[in-house]
Amino acid sequence: MHELSICSSMLGIVRDNAAGRKVRAVHVRIGEMRQIVPDTLTYCWSLVTEQSELEGVELLVERIPAKIRCTGCGHEQLLNELAFICGTCSSSAVDLIEGDEFLITSLDLAGV
Amino acid sequence: MGRFHRHDDGHQHHHDHDHDHEHDHDHLPDHPHPDHEHGDHSGYATGTERVVVLERIFEENDQTAAANRRDFDDAGVTAVNLMSSPGAGKTTLLRETLRLLQGRLAVGIVEGDIETSIDADRLDGFGAAISLINTANGFGGECHLDAPMVRSALSRLPLAELDLLIVENVGNLVCPAEFDVGSHANAMVYSVTEGEEKPLKYPVMFRSADLVVVNKIDLIPHLDYDLDLFYANLKKVHPGVAIIEASARTGLGIDRWCDWLCELHRERHAEKAIG
Repeated sequence: MHELSICSSMLGIVRDNAAGRKVRAVHVRIGEMRQIVPDTLTYCWSLVTEQSELEGVELLVERIPAKIRCTGCGHEQLLNELAFICGTCSSSAVDLIEGDEFLITSLDLAGV
Repeated sequence: MGRFHRHDDGHQHHHDHDHDHEHDHDHLPDHPHPDHEHGDHSGYATGTERVVVLERIFEENDQTAAANRRDFDDAGVTAVNLMSSPGAGKTTLLRETLRLLQGRLAVGIVEGDIETSIDADRLDGFGAAISLINTANGFGGECHLDAPMVRSALSRLPLAELDLLIVENVGNLVCPAEFDVGSHANAMVYSVTEGEEKPLKYPVMFRSADLVVVNKIDLIPHLDYDLDLFYANLKKVHPGVAIIEASARTGLGIDRWCDWLCELHRERHAEKAIG
């Protein structure tokens, strides 16, 4: 969803942080709950970087699975099926602690 | 389609990250990494240097959303983002809401649609201030509202005179849930004609809502619809979410929905008085 406009946003963030230095790769972290398709994102990235100084820069996607923590017993588990229920005590008072991420974590720049 | 985030106007991004809903992965060592990730942080044998960025991609939107929220707070306005699929009944619900809230709260509406002023026109005549955004008009035809779009609409509203602002988002069960528009609460209209499995198919939307209005409840006798199954599915995806059964057409439940809005506003004012 919106992978193309997201790549345009990312372009700006990358340029800002590269500050003129040559970029080799961009590391992006996407949680499972975000409605973004990594393959589409990397494809759109190639489109927006085409014929720019960032052409050929790899987009490396780190996918974070959704994880919940029970506010009652503290048990943490991956959200394997879509059910926000503690596997240990069956409470539905759980927090989503991982899986909502969407950020550029780092850039690999060419060494001097 | 899409709006471009430009950095050539010299604006800066702050790197003191205050993550409301991000989690700092540097402290969580046990999640899986694909093979090409998180290799050697120090061994730049191939002549590369890793620069930590940690910038959320929606940061620009979220900063504008925070600015919207500040403006609402300064004006004593409570803002609600109303979302649903197309045809679930947002506009009809809003029309009845305006009718019932006359004399109770001064209401403003930010009306979002890709095209036409049809919804804005339908809401006219109840004393609400209405600001229309057609996303096809200057916003690339976006299928959702975001914080900058809503901000552009605020300049056309007398915020100081309002108590409640409702943003009627573009009909869409996917994208609006991703974009904070600066509201204090999110409400969703789901209609019984949409099928019991919708919470399972659109968990992000159903989880983004503080309240789900189950609309068109009067049609159930004419449908093969299992309300208990819907509630079971909703509970799987968003346990404990507030629910109001309603029919915007017959008026059922509209009073409870208006009470929810009034209570939200009362709570915020109490917070403001203390803070």
